[in-house]
Amino acid sequence: MNKVSMTVNGKAVSGEVEGRTLLSSFLRDDINLTGTHVGCDTSQCGACVVHVDGEAVKSCTMLAAEADGAEVKTIEGMANADGSLSVIQQAFQDHHGLQCGFCTPGMVMSAAALLKENPQPSEQEVRTYLEGNICRCTGYHNIVKAIMAASGQDVSVIAAE
Amino acid sequence: MPKDNGIGASSKRREDVRFLTGAGRYTDDINIHGQAYAHFVRSDVAHGTINGIDASAAEAMPGVLKVFTATDFEGVGGIPCGWQVTDRHGEPMQEPKHPVLAEGKVRHVGDPIAVVVAESLGQARDAAEALEIDISELPAVMDMKDALTEGAAKVHDDLTSNLCYDWGFVEENREAVDDAINGAHHVTTLELRNNRLVANPMEPRVAVGDYSAADDEHTLYTTSQNPHVIRLLMGAFVLGIPEHKLRVVAPDVGGGFGAKIYHYAEEAFCTFAAKALRRPVKWTSSRSEAFMSDAHGRDHVTKIELAMDEQGKFLAIRTDTHANMGAYLSTFAPSIPTWLHGTLMAGNYTTPLIYVNVKAVFTNTVPVDAYRGAGRPEATFQLERVVDKAAREMGIDPIELRRRNFITEFPYATPVAVEYDTGDYNATMDKLLEISDHSGFEVRAAESKANGKLRGFGIAHYIEACGIAPSNLVGQLGARAGLYESATVRVNATGSISVFTGSHSHGQGHETTFAQVVAEMIGIDEGQVDIVHGDTSKTPMGMGTYGSRSLAVGGSAMVRATEKIINKARKIAAHLMEAAEADIELKDGQFTVAGTDKSVAWGDVTLAAYVPHNYPLEDIEPGLEETAFYDPANFTYPSGAYGCEVEVDPETGKVKVLGFAAADDFGNVVNPMIVEGQVQGGLAQGIGQALLENCAYDQDGQLISASYMDYAMPRADDLPMFTVDHSCVTPCTHNPLGVKGCGEAGAIGSPPALVNAVIDALQRGGHDVKHIDMPLSPDRVWTAMNG
Ligand code: FES
Ligand code: FES
Repeated sequence: MNKVSMTVNGKAVSGEVEGRTLLSSFLRDDINLTGTHVGCDTSQCGACVVHVDGEAVKSCTMLAAEADGAEVKTIEGMANADGSLSVIQQAFQDHHGLQCGFCTPGMVMSAAALLKENPQPSEQEVRTYLEGNICRCTGYHNIVKAIMAASGQDVSVIAAE
Repeated sequence: MPKDNGIGASSKRREDVRFLTGAGRYTDDINIHGQAYAHFVRSDVAHGTINGIDASAAEAMPGVLKVFTATDFEGVGGIPCGWQVTDRHGEPMQEPKHPVLAEGKVRHVGDPIAVVVAESLGQARDAAEALEIDISELPAVMDMKDALTEGAAKVHDDLTSNLCYDWGFVEENREAVDDAINGAHHVTTLELRNNRLVANPMEPRVAVGDYSAADDEHTLYTTSQNPHVIRLLMGAFVLGIPEHKLRVVAPDVGGGFGAKIYHYAEEAFCTFAAKALRRPVKWTSSRSEAFMSDAHGRDHVTKIELAMDEQGKFLAIRTDTHANMGAYLSTFAPSIPTWLHGTLMAGNYTTPLIYVNVKAVFTNTVPVDAYRGAGRPEATFQLERVVDKAAREMGIDPIELRRRNFITEFPYATPVAVEYDTGDYNATMDKLLEISDHSGFEVRAAESKANGKLRGFGIAHYIEACGIAPSNLVGQLGARAGLYESATVRVNATGSISVFTGSHSHGQGHETTFAQVVAEMIGIDEGQVDIVHGDTSKTPMGMGTYGSRSLAVGGSAMVRATEKIINKARKIAAHLMEAAEADIELKDGQFTVAGTDKSVAWGDVTLAAYVPHNYPLEDIEPGLEETAFYDPANFTYPSGAYGCEVEVDPETGKVKVLGFAAADDFGNVVNPMIVEGQVQGGLAQGIGQALLENCAYDQDGQLISASYMDYAMPRADDLPMFTVDHSCVTPCTHNPLGVKGCGEAGAIGSPPALVNAVIDALQRGGHDVKHIDMPLSPDRVWTAMNG
């Protein structure tokens, strides 16, 4: 067992983990932040995406020990300080960018990382960026729309509003 | 002006807030103090005899509480099948036992043999490595036709063969159909495979069993689309736990698509082990496990023949299908290739004679059951493909050929035992041509050609039977359950309302839509209405969500219960206003007396119901809570026209979907935003089936596509923006909301439209390709073009 300490959503946390413990299980099982989901075991689905030191990371591909000392942000830390939905979260609700909600935390975290690096992505750029995030429910139409809307673009011309 | 509240409003989904902030409560988020962890040890061969299991080393490993095998389940029932099909000779299907853990033999890769329960998951997994299982491998039964030959190896030694049933429908029509086909002007024949799929809801299955010795109560938390069905099947048939001692909770569920309807061994195991060990027991499926333990979908091999006269009028259809059941019968498996498939073979057309033959076959593969659409996609695919092929053979435009044969008068009784209540297929076809800019196609095709690409347009028109289903009818057809739905509407003293529904939401947004309906009926704000679902200790006995039934059946139960509430509230209002009940009107949450200015608010009436000081106690009881069970009079029949535009790269065979348009008739719509989302999601799954997804086994029964590395899930980049429309409305005539259901349409109508589009592109490019089996991978398309 090793001791790991990190900052998660602005709060200092620590725990005792085995060397093989993944960051995703540390978040879910050790500090009870169950918003980060696990949808696969081959690092393909992106349900587990969090930010580590500002970068989007699939938390199932990182050991908890590797995140020792890091600044981690999860879906639980994405709302505004007053608890209201952030611009991206609000856009997902406004444009029906989620159904069962299971892929949603990873989608929102990926979307935030995309918009940081590309503030006005085209439809194709959004689709390409989401290569590592699988959604089985929405067909992506409304996810793409929500992300473009969150970036301040007019999505009213996209069909099936 | 679009409405912003009630029926017809695109109300934003209230459940989104918890999902968007990480506050959803999915089954794997549930941890019970003291819980132990189950790890399933599964067969890595498709077929074999278990000679022995030595668990002694594993049981001695650190943290291990117990290793369970079949011997621990002596006296426990098998996993039951919920539907008995009768074959063409009047005999019941062959129904093998499906033990919780393999008894004597393993029958598919993934078949559970033993379970290690330990203090931690890591310990359980480590100990599983020390388990010694001696298996002699047997020849795997893989190909359905081979499986039915004399002398073939048998999946179940105690059955007479690998044939589950040989079903004929409508058996009395068999000869007439043969005669019509033999004497027809033209017969178009098509042989095809409907590829095996894995539903792949993004949340893997999870089960947590808990047992309270103090009151002998069992609780199962599970990823289910129908917790009451699980309680019934597991309690009554497997573990022998009476309903009042068994609570099944399906909290937030991350998608289902059919795969979470069925009762699975892992649910029974965790419930059983929790009592045996006096510890809560949790199992969380990995994705790899999901591929080999969630029921698969489709997997039909079909020959269809369509007979026509000189004008292209359809005279008869004959189909011959082999349907894969896998190694055991999953909960609804026998009904899918029969009653959910054969009854839809008329499609949208007036074909007078139809005969469907289905041979259901056991193989050494994962059990096959309903996956989004369930039987109806298989029916639609073969029909809409053969119609397209017939159009080419007859030299008639495929749209025109469909129109010539459309049913135009309703109600319409098909020759395959169902009666369509309403529809307007020409209207949906017209709408599709409009929204897909069909008139501009030739210009776009010329542009593609100039770029060295082949562009094609394909169409499909579908019908489906939803709102499953009238109980007396499905009972005659072999269902071992009723298919009503229930709702309890509990009005609180201050006028807010809790609705307890037997339907289950796992992405469909019932918490929002159902509240819209009740709010509309009473004329109050949606925010006043809460929807409770997914817990057998709270909701009345309900059959759950599948077959696009929630609003049509569950919503109707809720309407009936709300009507009872309103009737009682009117009596109270009449008393309060000292008026005759007949004169009481309810509008916008106010009761008024017709022709006067007297009124009482909804909240005053509800308060009076619970504080009955001034109350007609001699006539009615206090309180305001009503329950209704609704059993539908018929199925509902959504229909629609789907159009797909593709571009094929002749160099590589790669197909790009450029556009997909869907014009659906869902009857009345409660929340257009949610309906559109359902269609988009269904389209993605249908396009996935047609283009990408394939569950593949090798001839030894090894599952080749067992992870997202090998099973191609549709990604954002594989799909276009969709154009969806639901403005063609012929309301359902037999449910109070006039709704038909929208959950499966997208997955039903899209595969044939896409394949038709690719064939169109190839034909336009001068390649005489008549059919390619799904998925249309670059390799298959290229080979078809160049082979
Ligand atoms: S759980 Fe991390 S990518 Fe799937
Ligand atoms: S919303 Fe269900 S997987 Fe994306």
